[in-house]
Amino acid sequence: MPEYTLKIRRYDPQSGEAAYWDEHTVEMPETQSVLDAILQVRNEIDGSIGIRCSCQQAICGSCGVRMNGKPGLACNTHLGEAARRGHGTGSDAPDERGTANEAEGRNTIIAVEPMGNMPVIRDLIVDMDQVHWKKIQRVTPWLINKEPVPEREYIVPHENMVDVTQTMACIQCGACVSDCLSMEIDPGFVGPAALAKAYRFVGDPRDAEHAERLKDLSEDEQGIYDCTHCFNCIDACPKGVDPMSQIMRLRRKAGSDFHINDRNNGYRHEHAFVKNIRRNGILHESDLLADSYGGKFHPRAVPELIGSLPTGITGLARGKMTPQKLLLHQHKAPQEVKRLFDEIDGRQERIELNLYVTGYEEEEDLEAGQRKLEEERADAAAEASAESPEAAADTTTAESSESETSNESENP
Amino acid sequence: MKVAYWPGCVSRGFTPELHGSMAKVAPLLDIELIELDRASCCGAGVIAEHNQELADALNARTFALAQQTDGELMMNICSTCQGAQAECQERLDANTEYRELINRDLAEQGLRYEKGLTNKNFLWLLVEEIGLDTLKAKVKRPLTDLRVGPFYGCYIVRPAVRLRIDEEHPRDRYLHWVIEALGGTVIDYAGVYKCCGFPIITMNKDASLKQAGRHLGDAIDAEADCLVVPCPLCHLNLDLQQPAASKVVGRELGMPVLHLPQLVGLALGLNPKELGMNKHVIRPTSVIDWSTSVVAGAAA
Repeated sequence: MPEYTLKIRRYDPQSGEAAYWDEHTVEMPETQSVLDAILQVRNEIDGSIGIRCSCQQAICGSCGVRMNGKPGLACNTHLGEAARRGHGTGSDAPDERGTANEAEGRNTIIAVEPMGNMPVIRDLIVDMDQVHWKKIQRVTPWLINKEPVPEREYIVPHENMVDVTQTMACIQCGACVSDCLSMEIDPGFVGPAALAKAYRFVGDPRDAEHAERLKDLSEDEQGIYDCTHCFNCIDACPKGVDPMSQIMRLRRKAGSDFHINDRNNGYRHEHAFVKNIRRNGILHESDLLADSYGGKFHPRAVPELIGSLPTGITGLARGKMTPQKLLLHQHKAPQEVKRLFDEIDGRQERIELNLYVTGYEEEEDLEAGQRKLEEERADAAAEASAESPEAAADTTTAESSESETSNESENP
Repeated sequence: MKVAYWPGCVSRGFTPELHGSMAKVAPLLDIELIELDRASCCGAGVIAEHNQELADALNARTFALAQQTDGELMMNICSTCQGAQAECQERLDANTEYRELINRDLAEQGLRYEKGLTNKNFLWLLVEEIGLDTLKAKVKRPLTDLRVGPFYGCYIVRPAVRLRIDEEHPRDRYLHWVIEALGGTVIDYAGVYKCCGFPIITMNKDASLKQAGRHLGDAIDAEADCLVVPCPLCHLNLDLQQPAASKVVGRELGMPVLHLPQLVGLALGLNPKELGMNKHVIRPTSVIDWSTSVVAGAAA
C-alpha cells in the first residue's frame, strides 16, 4: 500500500506562536481522499488537528483546503491526484525533483494548508463569515419578485433554467475565493463566488431587478470590472461553476443588453476594444487607451492620458513606439473582418454555446455529425446545381440552426 | 519545421522587440514562419465578453487561414492569444452544429475551419516539437550564473483541462525546463503563476499595478537577475509600466523582463541589441551583471 507524507499547516492565532508544518505518514490506497488521510491522523495520532468537514460526498462544501498549492475539497481529491500535482502555487510547495521518490517516478508529499484570502481560525479552518459570506450577502442573494406576484406558480421557460444551472451548482465551499488573484491584491473585490451567485438572479426571468443588480455591480469599483481574467476560480471550483465565465456573462449583459456606461470604464473599454479591432483588424494600443476613457478629447481621458505620458515618453525614447505608430493606423482590417463584425454584431440575438450545458460530443458522435453534414452538403450542392444558387442558400437559415442549438442544450 | 505563424497584435505594436526576436531566433531553430498577415486579433477575451459568436468567428477565420498554409501546425508567441484562441477552439471542436454555424459566417469568404487544429505557443513548440535535447545542443552561450524567474502569467497555464496540461504534458513546468536547458538557474518566487494585472489596467489601475509591483518585488527578494515571460501583455505591465508600478508599491524595482525568444536567442549566440533588448524600459543590458554571465564581451 502506498505511503504518503502528510504535511499539515498548523496555526492557532490565540497561542501567539507562528504557524508550522506538522508531518505525519499515512499508508492508504491512492484512491482514498485527502480528507480520509487527515481524519485518520486526527483519530489515531493527534486529536487537536482543526478541520471542518461533514458530508464527505462533495455536497456540503465544508472541507475546502489547499492541497499542494491548489484549492479544492479534501473529500473529493484522491491522495494520488494531490501527490501527482507535486508542485503548485502555495507557500512552501514541496518540489518533487531531487527527492528519493523521484527515482520511483512519483511524489508522495501532500502539503495541506488552509484556504487563502480568508483569516485562519485554527489550522485548516478559515473564517468564512468574515469574507465569503459577507460577499455573498453583498449581491442580494435572493429573488426579488416581479409585482404583482402571480396567483399560481410562475412558469419559467426551460432554457432560462438551464442557463442558470451552472451557477446553481455552487456549494459555497469558498475554493474560488481562496485563490482569487484580484482579491489577493484588492480584498474589497466582490469576488468569484458572489458574482457567480449574482448571475443566478440576473439570469432568472422571475427576478424584477436585473438592471438594478447589473448597474450596482458595474458601478462598484470592486464589482464585475475588477476581475483580472486569471482563470484561478475556474480551476479551483470542484463543481464546474466557472465563476469567471459567469462574471463575463454579467459583463455581456450589462454592456450589450443594458448599455450600462459605468464609471470604471468597463463598458467604454469593451466597446473601444471592439471598435478598434473592427477598424484595424489588430489592436491599435494608443487609440484603445484614449477611447477606453471616452476618446482623446473626453474630459475623463485628459488626466488619464497625461498620467500615461511618462510611460509614453519612455516608450518613444526606447523605440518601442514611434510617433507614427502612436498617431496613425498603419494596419487596416481586411473587409472580410469588418463584415464579420457588422453581420454578427448586427443580429438581434446573440448566440452562446455553454459547454457545461451541452457537453462535449463524443468522438463517434462527432464523426457521425461530420458525415451527416457532408451528406447534407452534397445534397445541397446537388440541389443547388439543379435550382438557382439563391434557393440553395435559403435552405439553411440562421434561425433554424439557432433553435437546434438551444434544443440540444435541453439535454445536458 | 514549417509553421503557420500568428504573432498577435502587441508583438507588432508596443513590444516590437518580441516579433523581431522571434524572427531572429526561428532560423536558428530551423523553424520556418509563414506569417498569417490577414488574420485578426484573437479578441483577448474582451470580444468574447462582448459577443461570443463574434470572437469564435474571428478565431475560426484565423484557424482556417492557418489550415490553408502548408504549415505543420499553428504557432503563436502570445499567451493571451493561446488562451483566448483555445477557448474558442474548445467550443468549435466540441460541437459540430455550432462549428457549422460559425463556418456559415466564414463561407462567403471561401473559408472553412476543420476541427482539430494544433495551435501551440512558442514555449510548447520548443519543448514538444523541437525538444529540449535539440535545444541544448544548439546552445552557444549557456546562461551560466543567470538567475531567471519564470513568469507564466494566466492564459498559458489555466484552465488546465482546456489547455491540456496533464502528466504527459506538464506545460506548467516548461518555462522552468527551458531556462535549465539554456544553462540558466531557475528562481522560485511567489509570482511564478500569478497575474500581471494587465487586463484591469484601464478599470482599476491601482490594483493592476499593485499586482505587477508585488511580483517584481518578490522576484527581487528571491535575487532573480531577470524574469522571462511568454506573453507580451505581461511584458507591458511588468516592464513598460514598471516605473508606475514602482510608485504604487512604494519600492525601487528595476527588474529586467525578457521575452521568451530573447532568452532563447541570447543562449543561441545572438547579442542583446539584435534581440531588441535596448527597447525595454528596464534595460537588461544595464541591470544584469553581464560580465559574470552569458554575454561577456558581446556588444550591449
